[in-house]
Amino acid sequence: MTQLTFARAINAGLRKSLENDSKVVLLGEDIGTLGGVFRVTDGLQKDFGTHRVVDTPLAESAIVGTAVGLAYRGYRPVVEIQFDGFIYPAFDQIVSQVAKLHYRTLGAVKMPITIRVPFGGGIGSPEHHSESPEAYFTHTSGLRVVTVANPQDAYTVIQQAISCDDPVLYFEPKRRYHDKGEVDESVDPAKALPMDKARVLTDGSDVTLVAYGPLVKTALDAASAAADEGISIEVIDLRSLAPVDYEPVVASVRKTGRLVVTHEAGQSGGLGAEVAASITERCFYHLEAAPVRVTGFDIPYPYSKLEMHHLPGLDRILDGVDRALGRPNSLSGLEG
Amino acid sequence: MSTDETGHGGAQTPESAGNPGTPGQEFLQLITPAGERISHPEFDFWVRDITDEQLCSLFEDMTVIRRIDVEATALQRQGELALWPPLLGQEAAQIGSGRSLRADDFVFSSYRENGVAYCRGVDLTDLLRVWRGNASGGWDPYSINMATPQIIIGAQTLHATGYAMGIQNDGADAAAITYFGDGATSEGDVSEAMVFAASFQVPVVFFCTNNHWAISEPVRLQSHIQLADRAAGFGIPSLRVDGNDVLAVMAATRLALDRARRGGGPTFIEAVSYRMGPHTTADDPTRYRDANELEDWAAKDPISRLAGLLDRKGLLSPELQQQVKDKANAVAAEVRRGCTTMPNPQPMDIFKHVYSTPNSWLERQQDHYARYLASFGDPAGAVSEEGAR
Ligand SMILES: Cc1ncc(C[n+]2csc(CCOP(=O)(O)OP(=O)(O)O)c2C)c(N)n1
Repeated sequence: MTQLTFARAINAGLRKSLENDSKVVLLGEDIGTLGGVFRVTDGLQKDFGTHRVVDTPLAESAIVGTAVGLAYRGYRPVVEIQFDGFIYPAFDQIVSQVAKLHYRTLGAVKMPITIRVPFGGGIGSPEHHSESPEAYFTHTSGLRVVTVANPQDAYTVIQQAISCDDPVLYFEPKRRYHDKGEVDESVDPAKALPMDKARVLTDGSDVTLVAYGPLVKTALDAASAAADEGISIEVIDLRSLAPVDYEPVVASVRKTGRLVVTHEAGQSGGLGAEVAASITERCFYHLEAAPVRVTGFDIPYPYSKLEMHHLPGLDRILDGVDRALGRPNSLSGLEG
Repeated sequence: MSTDETGHGGAQTPESAGNPGTPGQEFLQLITPAGERISHPEFDFWVRDITDEQLCSLFEDMTVIRRIDVEATALQRQGELALWPPLLGQEAAQIGSGRSLRADDFVFSSYRENGVAYCRGVDLTDLLRVWRGNASGGWDPYSINMATPQIIIGAQTLHATGYAMGIQNDGADAAAITYFGDGATSEGDVSEAMVFAASFQVPVVFFCTNNHWAISEPVRLQSHIQLADRAAGFGIPSLRVDGNDVLAVMAATRLALDRARRGGGPTFIEAVSYRMGPHTTADDPTRYRDANELEDWAAKDPISRLAGLLDRKGLLSPELQQQVKDKANAVAAEVRRGCTTMPNPQPMDIFKHVYSTPNSWLERQQDHYARYLASFGDPAGAVSEEGAR
């Protein structure tokens, strides 16, 4: 076991994949000499060469579109989108080509492309640098969408994503890049918990709290703050956003009778809506209260001085927990 | 020199199509790095009206924007600004082109054209709002006829082209100008902008500042040929100019604007310059850039070059130097004051301007958040990520 930051853990996972499979190639802006603006690919070009770790011209549509061609040719491209807000020029290639080619060719063509996207806010950046675009992609069939919430997962899941024959969007919580955690580099990704499975992180009996990516840490902090008040929260890290692994969530809600879902992305049409609806369908008679969403607002990501108002923090999550429990909360007395 | 440069009225203008350089010359140059004025049969025309006084004024402008850059960088280091994209080394490209524009022209720039914004008469505090994290845009674009800085690489070239389509429809004689980097030329948007501009022959100037680096990527990674030559494939005439030579930049920009105004369609200008500083204050260029390269370019510095010319002309008097210094210091003080006294935005501001008319959907979220904030004695306690119950 070693202590690694998120960024180093992903780096180590990429390195393993490059070592194990000569068909793995990395593409992106500034990923070579600079090692990426977050240094996630630091040192990889030096060790694997400019044909395996490719600094590309500034063209996101081309980065993803050429990855499609490489995949046709049997490669397993791993592309880096420098920041979440710069994925949109590549949107057409992702949703019209990457997502659909397997279907359109009746399974003849595989698209084992991994698209790494640093996402989410909380780092004080200017506009377009703190987006949570996951719902655009979970809405598109054919794509797998995963996020990681601790360095061990960061290390393991990147390898699982790269060896997966489906296209995977791998969302990296950029405000956690420097957080450290234990990483066992001897873990065999094929034997570890598959990337499309959710994981129950704490055992709780009062409320089920579903989170993913950057908010998993916040959710855990909220659970321990609630424990001090005698409220028992079961935190579930969703990990895979498409497809969602509902079984552990269903089992948990059957036990607790209450669901809170939290994410940074805006509320409307977000993943929280999907989880709340699915759980309502499956657990209607077990629910003691309506599912509660604690999310970002339906606004463009705000300028950095105010971003903490948009991002769900510990207190807002606890306020949501209070709502699910029918305890006094900021909306007490309001109907609907 | 005024921002309202009226150009050349009814004077006979020589028509220049393709590359300006005499054979063997890499680019158009009117002032050598040593500060020597070299004449050019065709391009002297475009700067023939520049008086000694105006040369001094250009020198002042360039010095001032460099000083703004130094001050803003210091403010970022002191934690007053979240980020800053320095323009160090690109003063001639920005002032030479910015001072060629007319008030009714419209600018669509990237994040680095703070010197152009200065030429447009931006309020200095407005220049900083975005970089302090207090706003998404610093100013009302119509107040200075300049869009707020674009971060999505290349997107603004399409906006300029569309604006120019509007000018054309209106039968006006203004022009649009768009600024972008060498890296941006790789983006699909820029190619699409050139396709539209050429197809419709609209009055737009593509001003590409080739500062040799796109963060860590050298210009040769973006293009196998000179960037100016790329325009030919779209049917757009181009000019390659020494971007550290304020007169050459001016001549090229005036020619391109004149062509646009007279219905001659788009022009692509490649201003060959160099980013002397980091990409932004968050960047570390020592990881990818050779110190020798920096030294070579320091010898071509745009401000010392113009100072050299002024000196040869006997204009670089101690009085002028003092006057320029005083102006730069005054502007820097204003920048600092504007930054540190800028009022903080208020929490509920995040809900403003999402739509032009209110809707119940968002109003509900807004109402809930206001109630949430009100449930705290001290609203500040509600917003730290860790928080406290
Ligand atoms: C669509 C998009 N992709 C990536 C980025 C990240 N990024 C910001 S600046 C930059 C380099 C731009 O280089 P260039 O166009 O040469 O302009 P310069 O910064 O040198 O002025 C990159 C890659 C972005 N802002 N937008």
